[in-house]
Amino acid sequence: MKKIITPFVLVVLLGLIAWFGTAGLGLYTLFGVVLPYGAFATFIVGFTFKILSWAKSPVPFRIPTTAGQAKSLTWIKPNELESPSGAPGVLARMFLEVFFFRSLLRNSRASMVKGPRLVYVSDKSLWLAGLVFHWSFLIIFLRHYRIFAEQVPFFVPLLEAVDGFFEIVWYNEIHAVTLPGLYLTDALILVALTFLFLRRVLDTKVRFISLLQDYFPLYLILGIVITGSLMRYNLKVDVIAAKNLVQSLVHFHPDTSIQVGSIFYVHLFFVSTLAFYFPFSKLMHAGGVFMSPTRNLANNSRAKRHINPWNPTIKIRTYAEYEEDYRDKMKAVGLPLEKE
Amino acid sequence: MIYNAKVVLPILILFVVVLTYPFWQGGTEQRPEPQKPAKAAQCVEDAAWMRANHMQLLDRWRHEVVRKQERSYTSTRGQVFEKSLVNTCLDCHQKSDFCDKCHAYASVKLVCFNCHLNPELVEP
Amino acid sequence: MSKFAPKPAEMAAQMNQDYLVEKVKAHESDWMETPPEFRPGNWCYAPAPEVVESLGLDNPRKWSPDEEDWKLPADYKARIHQGMKERLDKNRAFKLFMDVCVRCGACADKCHFFLGTGDPKNMPVMRAELMRSVYRNDFTMAGKILKDWVGARKLTPEVVKEWFMYFYQCTECRRCSVFCPYGIDTAEITLMARELLHLLGVNINWILKPASDCNRTGNHLGIEPHTFTQVVESLVDDIEDVTGVSVNPTFNRKGAEVLFITPSGDAFAEPGLYTMMGYMLLFEHVGLDYTFSTYASEGGNFGLFTGNEVMKKLNAKMYHEAQRLGVKWILGGECGHMWRVVHQYMDTMNGPADFLETPINPITGTVFDFAKSTKMVHIAEFTADLIRNNKLKLDPKRNDHRVLTFHDSCNTSRGMGMIEEPRYILHKVANKFYEMPEKTIREQTFCCGSGSGLNTEEYMDIRMRGAFPRASAVKHVAERNGVNLLTAICAIDRVTLTAAMRYWNPGVEVSGLHELVGNALIMEGEKERDIDLREDDLELEEEE
Repeated sequence: MKKIITPFVLVVLLGLIAWFGTAGLGLYTLFGVVLPYGAFATFIVGFTFKILSWAKSPVPFRIPTTAGQAKSLTWIKPNELESPSGAPGVLARMFLEVFFFRSLLRNSRASMVKGPRLVYVSDKSLWLAGLVFHWSFLIIFLRHYRIFAEQVPFFVPLLEAVDGFFEIVWYNEIHAVTLPGLYLTDALILVALTFLFLRRVLDTKVRFISLLQDYFPLYLILGIVITGSLMRYNLKVDVIAAKNLVQSLVHFHPDTSIQVGSIFYVHLFFVSTLAFYFPFSKLMHAGGVFMSPTRNLANNSRAKRHINPWNPTIKIRTYAEYEEDYRDKMKAVGLPLEKE
Repeated sequence: MIYNAKVVLPILILFVVVLTYPFWQGGTEQRPEPQKPAKAAQCVEDAAWMRANHMQLLDRWRHEVVRKQERSYTSTRGQVFEKSLVNTCLDCHQKSDFCDKCHAYASVKLVCFNCHLNPELVEP
Repeated sequence: MSKFAPKPAEMAAQMNQDYLVEKVKAHESDWMETPPEFRPGNWCYAPAPEVVESLGLDNPRKWSPDEEDWKLPADYKARIHQGMKERLDKNRAFKLFMDVCVRCGACADKCHFFLGTGDPKNMPVMRAELMRSVYRNDFTMAGKILKDWVGARKLTPEVVKEWFMYFYQCTECRRCSVFCPYGIDTAEITLMARELLHLLGVNINWILKPASDCNRTGNHLGIEPHTFTQVVESLVDDIEDVTGVSVNPTFNRKGAEVLFITPSGDAFAEPGLYTMMGYMLLFEHVGLDYTFSTYASEGGNFGLFTGNEVMKKLNAKMYHEAQRLGVKWILGGECGHMWRVVHQYMDTMNGPADFLETPINPITGTVFDFAKSTKMVHIAEFTADLIRNNKLKLDPKRNDHRVLTFHDSCNTSRGMGMIEEPRYILHKVANKFYEMPEKTIREQTFCCGSGSGLNTEEYMDIRMRGAFPRASAVKHVAERNGVNLLTAICAIDRVTLTAAMRYWNPGVEVSGLHELVGNALIMEGEKERDIDLREDDLELEEEE
């Protein structure tokens, strides 16, 4: 339980710190300027450093994940996606892995029934939840370019049109949660995160393997989503002031006079924490998936020699030594010899 | 030594360049300056509140007028206004030099005029 | 039955009671606080000091895993730290796999050892975590500062024992990697763990003894050259008894076109030797100009289970001998891990084999250009090519007394991507062939439960549990289709599955692919074939 609750308390504390720090202590410069700068710089430098640290280790052997028929005899159909024979197959496989999590699609669940006997059923829930979460995250991030970029890029209105396609608005007497209309991704990411969290807690196997650091980013991202949604739908803030602040940051003359609502600083502090935490954590799987030798190599080891830069020189037991030891016995059964 | 540098480095650089786009996008950091109306010194509610909440106020007005026939709005300061985009809001503000300024800056779709006629439009 | 495993009915009753997959529930406590428990049947004997010395490995001594004191070197922590650092710097996959796992759990119930034991530390992600926890402590900033908050822990003798238990409870079969969204290959982590444990002298006899023997005599079983030829000659006599045809294998012959290398198990152990008879019948049938070698008389390579240096040392003999004999290319027999080494490592380690030629099938003229660099062809590829080009006269009815299913060996399916060739051959040499359920074959095949050097008697309890997922799938087709023969293209499978079938599915026998080819081949000048290579009656058509 400790590993489930502690990070939750931690994230709540972080939120309170940002709220109190701005609304109570007026530390707008700290939460609006210093921490975001620091976090973004840490993210860029840390991410680059981590990728380079992987790149500094060579790939001694060509050991791709082999999950289908390799290219062999001409009349046997090779499976270029599961066992690529060259660059096109590798790229296609990589694309489908990165954008559609293809390997998770074959996930199954095993259970033991009376007999004993094992049965397997297809289980695509992790695939679906993972896909929905990551795509929603990406779309939400891209939508934020209306804040990040002074001239709003073409894709933002496009994404908004699709994401807000159903124009779901509703009205209630107490609190008119009506405008702007609901973004599908805002709802989907909440559902997906909730599923991923419940899965971690309720599936005994996954709970067993989960560490404190598996819950922390879940809570943190949930915090980001909740504060972001609150800001959009309920606890409204002045969007123009927020964009002015961000623009002052990206143009490198931070405007310390700007004060947006505290919920904005909680949101920003969560995001800063995530950016800061990212390069030091499992979240680096985002870069790692591209660097994974099992993913980015072709299964063509017998057709094309792979070079190991540190291939050691090993003293082998030569045939000559072998014959030396067994010459008489070999001679007795008529085996040909190098030296009589 | 960086192995596979020919593949790793270009992709890494591309990633960093794309991610830092807001920092090198250029631009003059032009902030929107909606025109202050001459007619009145005070909006229906406090200006700061209006900046964050006007869309919800307008939508509430819409519901109350269309569904309940409630046409008058008493502000927190006790002033009474007609719940009307055209007669109240646009009496002081103009779409082109007020609404559009911020809406363009933050790329937020302005939906009021999907139904309402913009009085600035000159009929041919 | 082995004294190292309970009776099948007892184990089955226990499994029925525990519903092993869900047994994890019982382990609510933190895994870091659960020490490994050594009991008869779940650990392998330690090697004798001489064996360790002969391979030039560290810390030779007398010790046993069930004793409290493992006599680890005093500087064991520094050795592991240094060894880990070296390997992180030398192997990107290892480093990346230590960093990127998100513990999504997709692999959790994919391991045959987890499915058979219910031990949560057998979930592949958990197995890797055993090492990641130490990696985090020693090599990451977060781990150094936040300790167990980020799942970091110090190396202790208890951790070494845990590593020994669970990295020798992994058969490097790669099934989990097929399901991992990042392609994390537990086999590579296990290889690293075993290399690290060697630095402390923590290893097992069943792997080191064969590796040492192979280095000395040329094969795992320590068979000396004169014995090797005699055994093969006796198989020649058996072939003559069954078919009336005499085949003439040659040994260490210079100038042969092809060097044929197969695991020594094919020459010395039932049922592998029937497969060996199948090879020789096939070569005779098509008139292949080939030779055996007594020096390179082992296809298998227990170096794969030891470490990359021993692997290279043992593998080097293949090219060394091919060059000495002046053959054009190498043909490899039915073996699992041999092919993992040949496919994934051989060319990189001991190539380039410039002295050989791109393999061409002398009978069909087919150029095996997918093997143009390594210059070694798998016998299933060779035979499939022969059948496709109508070069074999086959009578599949001679296998009608068998109802068979095919076990994809983990190394050939997931280590090289050979899935269709053996099936094509089976369909041509036998009439009654049924597939097991789809989630248990091809790239999702289950390990035999005793691979990667664990097929030793004293490990029987874990072996039979590990074999259970495979056995359960065989049982399915045995009951539904009457399957009574399990065919595999791996020498270790042929031995270990035989034991597993006796334990779980009595009545199901195990064979190699080329044993069935040998049965079906209509040889020139053969006598009437009324018995198969096992000298079992064919029960041919009685309608006449």
